[in-house]
Amino acid sequence: MSVQAASPATHHKDHTGARIGMWLFLFTEILLFGGLFLLYSVYRSTFPEDFHYAATHLDTLVGTANTLILLTSSLTVVLAIAALRRNNRKLCTIMLSVTILAGLLFMVNKYFEWHHKFDIGLYPNSKELLRRAPGENLFYGLYFAMTGIHALHVIIGLGVLSVMLWIVAHKPKKTITVGPLQSDRLSLVEDQRGAVWTHEGEGEIAEAVVTLVYKSNEEINDDTWSKLENSGLYWHLVDVIWIFLFPLLYLIT
Amino acid sequence: MSNTADPVSYLDYQGRHKGILGWILSTDHKRIGILYMISMLSFFGVGVILGLLMRIELLMPGMTIVTPRVYNSLFTLHGMIMIFLFIIPGLPAVFGNFFLPLQIGAEDVAFPRLNLASWWIYMLGAAVALTSLFVGGGAPDTGWTFYVPYSVRSGTNVTLAVTGAFILGFSSILTGINFITTIHRLRAPGMSFTRMPLFVWTLYSTAWIQILATPVLAITLLLVIAERTLGLGLFDPAKGGDPILYQHLFWIYSHPAVYIMILPGMGVVSEIIPTFARKDIFGYKAIAISSLLIAFVGYLVWGHHMFTSGISDTARWIFSLLTFLVAIPSGIKIFNWVATLYKGSIDLRPPFLFTLTFIFLFSIGGLTGLVTGALATDVHVHDTYFVVGHFHYVMFGGTGMAFLAALLYWWPKMFGIMYNEKWIWRSWAFIFVGFNMLYFPMLIQGWMGHPRRYYDYVPRFHATHIVATVGSWVLVTGLLIFAITLFRSFKSRVPAPSNPWGGRTLEWTTTSPPPLLNFTQIPTVTRGPYEPAPTPTGGETS
Repeated sequence: MSVQAASPATHHKDHTGARIGMWLFLFTEILLFGGLFLLYSVYRSTFPEDFHYAATHLDTLVGTANTLILLTSSLTVVLAIAALRRNNRKLCTIMLSVTILAGLLFMVNKYFEWHHKFDIGLYPNSKELLRRAPGENLFYGLYFAMTGIHALHVIIGLGVLSVMLWIVAHKPKKTITVGPLQSDRLSLVEDQRGAVWTHEGEGEIAEAVVTLVYKSNEEINDDTWSKLENSGLYWHLVDVIWIFLFPLLYLIT
Repeated sequence: MSNTADPVSYLDYQGRHKGILGWILSTDHKRIGILYMISMLSFFGVGVILGLLMRIELLMPGMTIVTPRVYNSLFTLHGMIMIFLFIIPGLPAVFGNFFLPLQIGAEDVAFPRLNLASWWIYMLGAAVALTSLFVGGGAPDTGWTFYVPYSVRSGTNVTLAVTGAFILGFSSILTGINFITTIHRLRAPGMSFTRMPLFVWTLYSTAWIQILATPVLAITLLLVIAERTLGLGLFDPAKGGDPILYQHLFWIYSHPAVYIMILPGMGVVSEIIPTFARKDIFGYKAIAISSLLIAFVGYLVWGHHMFTSGISDTARWIFSLLTFLVAIPSGIKIFNWVATLYKGSIDLRPPFLFTLTFIFLFSIGGLTGLVTGALATDVHVHDTYFVVGHFHYVMFGGTGMAFLAALLYWWPKMFGIMYNEKWIWRSWAFIFVGFNMLYFPMLIQGWMGHPRRYYDYVPRFHATHIVATVGSWVLVTGLLIFAITLFRSFKSRVPAPSNPWGGRTLEWTTTSPPPLLNFTQIPTVTRGPYEPAPTPTGGETS
């Protein structure tokens, strides 16, 4: 149909390629933390008692709360992606906002947790830590390094999701004028992408020539969706790493 | 050759920006390749000057031109600049960027903007690393390996230098991701994996190492920064930490990095040999797979840098065995190259001359590598000039010569001009003689027990030091002649045909220099990369 041939959907973007690139990047992130996990396992096997004792002083309640918060945010980011796929921008906006709020809540908890540690004199190179057994110093060294770098990733993730939220919420509908076209081809009202085709101009459709106005969420549908999915993948990575940090630091006591 | 039907070349194409902005903001993979080339060769020049200064210092025992502190900074910076700024990113970033899309019949890499960002990140990392020379406590003096505990205690600018290396790692990772995605997604119709040129295969293997190894260096360097600024104590024995773990983490990256450096060089050699032997490559699949094998086994041999660091005998034994395994895929390559030459119609032109030099020098480097890989001999030569000699034979004699060969091979394609071959021959004579005068004495000195990185030495090493220092002057003279010859080609502007060497890979089917989107029409591939085109005359494609 000539209406579709005239539609501006000539994207050369390779979304599969983008996803491959994202997955490869996630590999590198896992290897980044891999170095820390390596140090953790070596030092844990060297100082099992010290690690055991030091871990009992971490606040399991806050850790559990943060785990639940992050897991929930992973759910909401998936819902946001699904909503966008169904072209429901409002729901997508809400779900993204919830995800970002959850991330912020995680950071607030983290802040209080670290603050408490600093208050009782537990911070890198503190007198209190150096007074304790070497394994405890290493445990807290790893604790700050691992949760610190993880928190950095949470912040980056929040930045990425905020940009995505802005894009989804603010990008205006794209309006493209096509035509003039022959009126006998105006059978299409809504195409598969959910784009709405309306006619503009004075005349009725019955008239010979009208101008078509193409209103669509084109950018949202293709590119934005791919970007949001990749941002979601990154957010899942943040979540998955926390799922490993939580038992290693808080639960094995 | 330019005729009226040719499309506008990428050099003349007028994009959104003019002048220098048209280069530093261009997402064209060819322009980015040239950007990398200019920046890298500049850094290489700085590294050469630092090396020259070191050699002059070693000309006489005792102080010659610099103090011991400065000497320590000299070898640290020479290593940092040559390794992180030149030889690790070198071939992939320059020739990989330029020729990967051309060789697989693509218009560009998968993520052109990310590609440009990689260059900017590279420049940022370089700027940070070089800033460490001039501010604060002065240039770092730890050696390029940043071994703890000294790197934590040194009053020099280690933090800034390490940050620079960390940023450079990002650039490396992003380039790796870009290349893998490009190879998987953008091959021309008919370009199956087994029809890819061997240079692409090595870029593919290299990209995987870049992705899998660089993050480990990133976290290690971050921890060094944390040690220096926060005092976590993870590597400090006084606080319970273990400095050996630093060495493990460092070499888990830095040994595979050695293969990041050499694999693309082997790829270049695999391109040049069939072209100048006028033959299909012998053992295509064996060479292709040996690249992946080197990448894989190379990931598991880092412990051989730590034979004298105090690791268990079992670990030393296993690492030594794995190290010897790397010799198998490397040998596969060398034998297949030589077999390609057998009964070939050899055309001894400059790119091929440097390729043969590569094989010769790299073989010496490889064989001395077996000496350092064997436990018994390594304990004797560890941390001596033998290792320095071995490393330079592999890296300069290997990757460096491959870099020069690649420059000569692809120069006509990149700029559409030919250079003066006679002067390249002359430069080669200087380079070859100077190289061996400079590095072979190091092997002898090391064997006699001269430790590396020493500022002063006993008189019995004086003669060999004089030979090496004079050799460095000869070598630099050769490099200068080489550079001037290439520069002069811009002045004489002898136009290059689209296929001056009779190459059979796709980059020779387009114009020299190529148009913005590489091909006027995306090619369809129907044969292996080095098979002759099925023309009635049996000649090469032109």
